[in-house]
This record gives sequence, structure tokens and C-alpha cells, in this order.
Amino acid sequence: MTLAAVATAAHATTTTAAGTHGFLSPTGVEIAFLLVGLVTLGAAVITVTTRQLVHAALWLVVALGGLAVEYLLLTAEFIAWVQVLIYVGSVVVLLLFGLMLTRAPIGRSPDADSGNRWVALAVSVAAAAALVWVVVDAFRTTWIDLDGAPAGSTEVTGASLFQHWVLPFEALSVLLLAALVGAIVLSRKAKADAAATPTTGTRRDTEGAR
Amino acid sequence: MHLAYPAVLSALLFCTGLYGVLARRNAILVLMSVELMLNAVNLNLVAFDVWLSRAAEETLHSGQALALFTIAIAAAEIGIGLAIVLAVYRNRGTSDIDKLRDTAEGPGGDGPDGDVPGGDASATRTAAEKAEATA
Repeated sequence: MTLAAVATAAHATTTTAAGTHGFLSPTGVEIAFLLVGLVTLGAAVITVTTRQLVHAALWLVVALGGLAVEYLLLTAEFIAWVQVLIYVGSVVVLLLFGLMLTRAPIGRSPDADSGNRWVALAVSVAAAAALVWVVVDAFRTTWIDLDGAPAGSTEVTGASLFQHWVLPFEALSVLLLAALVGAIVLSRKAKADAAATPTTGTRRDTEGAR
Repeated sequence: MHLAYPAVLSALLFCTGLYGVLARRNAILVLMSVELMLNAVNLNLVAFDVWLSRAAEETLHSGQALALFTIAIAAAEIGIGLAIVLAVYRNRGTSDIDKLRDTAEGPGGDGPDGDVPGGDASATRTAAEKAEATA
């Protein structure tokens, strides 16, 4: 009896959901999301397929910026600006510095892809097909309510972050400090090694033994 | 907004990053693909948080908090990863991850000791290279 009631209730909600939101009549937000998503996906595909290394980093800027716009469309403003600041502002600049310091060739590099690209393509296409099928099948009748106050304004995010997530937040600062110290240690060890290079081989042998 | 839009977009972005990680040869390009995968996860977290904050009246905003933590961890990861790539480049002169096969087992012989044919000079040279790489 209760099962039947639950089933009818679920059916009622499903039909009302399908009634209020037409399945084939997208709203303006959905069209904007779809267009920006296409740009983002195209930029991501070019990022992983182009043979010019610097162009890959620059297309990554387009992909990450498109994701920031998607966050804005999902009314998560704070995450969007954090995305712009950290990813577009610092991570891509770090990647460009890394490309510069490893003397990446400007222009086409014929060996940007390894020999197993067809296997990789098969794996990723299979994973994409499986994931898209499962996700579409699972959330076919689910809608996000974007009306009303934004769900991710700075006030809301800050309140939840400093009320419920203070301990992970502080632990994260320790993690950032550890990453900073680790990066410095990695660089310093290489510098000591470079200083040891012009000396005789015995020093290097002792270093190797140590 | 239909929830399938952000979910499908993040699934496709994740698989694009997966292809990049598997198919690329330069270590920095692999790091870029890892960034794409992390961003796909972030999009999922934000979309489901926005959905649940209305549908289930979830006030914890765990999705957005986790997305912020993921962004911070990705920033730390890219810093450490680039430091490692630069150290490898200084020692080996390459950032090609297909050439870093010192610990690989396979038909090409087990490591650089296996495929270098005898001789004291070459053996010591390989040992010196290994010591330099591990120093």
C-alpha cells in the first residue's frame, strides 16, 4: 500500500517536473550553457591534440575561462572568480614558465603524442560513452532551480566555509605550506647539484654514495 | 536548468583529460590534461551543490567547499609537479616521459643495466648517471 503510494507520488512529481519543464524547450540559461560548453569542450580537445606546446597552454586558458562562465551560469559566483584568479591567473602562467624553462620548441613538435594515441582514444571514447549514458539515464528528470538568490554568492560560500569547514580549511593551509617547502627543496637540491658539477668527480661519487 | 547539461559536459571534459594523460608525451602537457580532469570534477561538484541546495535544502554547501579545496590542491599539485619536471629536465635534459624508463620492465631489457652490453666504462657511466638522477 505504502509502496503504491510512494510510486504514485514519484510518478506525480515526475509528471509535474516534466510538465513544468519541457524536455525539448530549453530555457535561455540552458542555451547559453550549451554554447559556452561547446566552446569549452572544443578548447579542451584542441588542448590535448595540438602539436604546438604553447598553443596548448593558451587553449587551456580558453577552456578554464569557459568553465568560469559555466560557474557563473550556475550562480556560483565566488567559485567562478576563484577559478579566474587561480587557474587563468596563476596555473597557466606556471605552465607557460615550465614550458619556457624546459625549452619547449616554438612551433610544431612532431613527437607531442606518444605511440599509443589510438589506444588512448579508444579508452577515452569508451569511458565517455559509458559516463554519458549513465549520467543521462540517471538524471533524466532532474532540474536545477536557478531562480531566487544565488546559491554560491560570496556571503553564502564564506558563511558555510567558516562555519562548517574551518578545520579542513586550516589543514589546507598546512598543505599549501608543505607544497611551498617541497617546491623550494626540489629546486634547491638541483641547484646544489649544479654547483657540484664543475668540481671533480669524487665529490659526485660521494654524493651518489650518500 | 536540466541537471544533465553540466553532468554531461563534465563527463566529456574528464574523458578529454583522460585522453591527454594517456596520449601525450611531454610531461607538462600531461599536467595540463590533469588540470582538465580536476576541472571536470569541480564542475560536477558545483552543479550538484547548486541542485542540492534547492532540492534538498542542504545548507552545508559541501560541494562548493570541496570545489574550493580541489582548486587549492590543484594549485599545490601543479607547483610540485612543475618542480619535479624541472628537476628531471635538469638531470636528464628531457621532459619526455617515454624516455624515463629506468624502473621499467619489459622487452627492452630490465633497465639501463640490462641493455647496455658489458664494459666497465659504460657500466660506471650508467651508475654515475643513475647517481646523478637520484641525487
